[in-house]
Amino acid sequence: MDFLAYFGDVFTPINFGLLLIGTVGGLLLGATPGLSPTMAVALLIPFTFKLEPAQGLILLGAAYTSTVAGGAVSAILLKIPGAPANIATTLDGHTMAKKGQGARALQLSFLASAVGGVFGVFLLIFLTPVLAQWALAFGPSHLFWLAILGVTVIGTLDSSSVVKGLLSGCIGLWLATVGFDDIMGAQRFIFHDAVSGGINVIPALIGLFAIPQVIGMFANGRRSLDAEILTVEPHPISKAFGEVFSRLRALSIGTITGSIIGLIPGVGGQIAGLVAYDQSKKMSPERDKFGTGHSEGVIAAESANNAMVGPSLVPLLTLSIPGSPTAAVLLGGLLIHGIFPGSDLFDNHPDVAWTFINSMLIGQILMCIFGLYVAGLAARVAQVPNAVMAAVVLGLAVFGSYSVQHSMGDVYVMAALGTGMYFLERFGFSAAPLVLGLILGPIAEANFVQGSMIANATSSIGSYFFTGPLNLALIAIVVASIGYSVWLELRQRRHTAKDEAVAKKEAIS
Amino acid sequence: MTDLPRMQHIVASGLVAAVGVSVTYVSFTQEPAAAFLFPRIISTVFVVLALWTFGKALLGRTRVGNGLDLEAMINIAPGLVVSLIFVFWAAQSLGFYTASTIAFFVLLSLYDPAPHGELKSWIKRILITAGFLVVMYGLFAKLLSVFTPREIFF
Repeated sequence: MDFLAYFGDVFTPINFGLLLIGTVGGLLLGATPGLSPTMAVALLIPFTFKLEPAQGLILLGAAYTSTVAGGAVSAILLKIPGAPANIATTLDGHTMAKKGQGARALQLSFLASAVGGVFGVFLLIFLTPVLAQWALAFGPSHLFWLAILGVTVIGTLDSSSVVKGLLSGCIGLWLATVGFDDIMGAQRFIFHDAVSGGINVIPALIGLFAIPQVIGMFANGRRSLDAEILTVEPHPISKAFGEVFSRLRALSIGTITGSIIGLIPGVGGQIAGLVAYDQSKKMSPERDKFGTGHSEGVIAAESANNAMVGPSLVPLLTLSIPGSPTAAVLLGGLLIHGIFPGSDLFDNHPDVAWTFINSMLIGQILMCIFGLYVAGLAARVAQVPNAVMAAVVLGLAVFGSYSVQHSMGDVYVMAALGTGMYFLERFGFSAAPLVLGLILGPIAEANFVQGSMIANATSSIGSYFFTGPLNLALIAIVVASIGYSVWLELRQRRHTAKDEAVAKKEAIS
Repeated sequence: MTDLPRMQHIVASGLVAAVGVSVTYVSFTQEPAAAFLFPRIISTVFVVLALWTFGKALLGRTRVGNGLDLEAMINIAPGLVVSLIFVFWAAQSLGFYTASTIAFFVLLSLYDPAPHGELKSWIKRILITAGFLVVMYGLFAKLLSVFTPREIFF
């Protein structure tokens, strides 16, 4: 119950003010189609430089939580998911809004998000210290394999192609070695002055997540958003409150599914909503009503995507392995404040860790309260033209990258990586494993070198890195994640081939 | 797969493979060897995966990624050129605020769906640009005290 000792820290005027700013700002950003939670958090990092570590994390954590929930506003009122996590919400949410039940759908969505989110944060509170104690047993070889595991899991599960996902991870790991070698001081891959000090993670994160979205908006040309905003008519909140808790099956399926998916590194919220929606539909006696504006669909999808937020931080705070791309950005936010998450985080910085986690708990409730009131405004924000959004995000990316070290080199790195990533994404590569490689590369290399030194003094490198139950378990998980993803990809390919053959046959006959 | 995406896949994966080969060559030829031990392991995996991807693209067996169609390329080109000029030249030469204001206005004019022949839409664009400048100046110069290159005006 350590978290209770730091509960009051959330309510200091500055901390609570930042929590409010992060929550309201996150709701508005989340409602904007094309602005993903990951990009929103990456763009906010430069604003945390002048803050205390706990304050910076409160702002980032609140933005993370509320961007995921805010995405429901545009999903319901415009049929455009604010983030991939809200795709399932459009299925019933928008149909409800079209029937004149927009306010009801929004209320159900925010209430279900809050229930799922609170449950997820409680999991974070109770699981993190246990896992952190367990992580104390980790030596250099285990930490090396963990870093590799982080890259491989996201590279395989978060990508549409296993080979391209792993290749993206390798590019990230290579980029992490650019600059001066820590031990020998040797220059490595310094092909331009801008990277002489290595590649700074924050400009790289901003570039990799923000610039592809800017160029993606350019790709749409002078197209206006042709979605119609549906009106939000009054609906008593007490009724929505009663309805959420009367749909206990959908609420618990969403909450539990989201929490489990959040705990698995790399899987993330994109699928949490869809899996929960699907499971809820299968287990419901009213399954025929799904897709026609059924409240269970909204409740299951939204409780799942917010229940995922807390557990996705468990591997980050205990093992330094981000569970999702947004968690990877949060790791960047921790590192710039000199805080290295892991087994000793709760011993060395309990105030920072617990204040951050507690703020996420309060943030869920604030998100619910404000969500209901700013939904109308958020829907208007969602209609901001692409041209304005692209230019604003580009400006923030340039200023934000420069402010990290007051260096034009960082701006060049941000622009080069971001532009390159846009084109790579068009060919099936993915930003998330590349970022993970960039963040986890130094951890992997430092532990590899340290492990090699221990191995040279005691046994051989082979036996140090490839024997022992923990090493073997981690290697097995790496192999299993690759194998499982290859199997999924092959199965998907077989289905596609079968569908194409059937379509061809039908066309001939 | 049509010819355009196939050729694009070959070029894209060819470039990645070229980077992979260069990285591997540098890793295995530079000294001290101890400093390049980790890059050697990474680059070996990198080059194998990159060549595999390139081989698949050459054989036309790439299944992931749609490439870029002509319309998207035409739409992207002006915005990308303006952005790159802003980042790689104007920001330092003209000063951050001047350059970002010009870039913002040009991008807004290029991509705003409002008609170009209407005075009202131009006034709207100028007002939005002015608002952007005020917010950026307030956030970065005043709130975060970031000292950016200042050349022409501020």
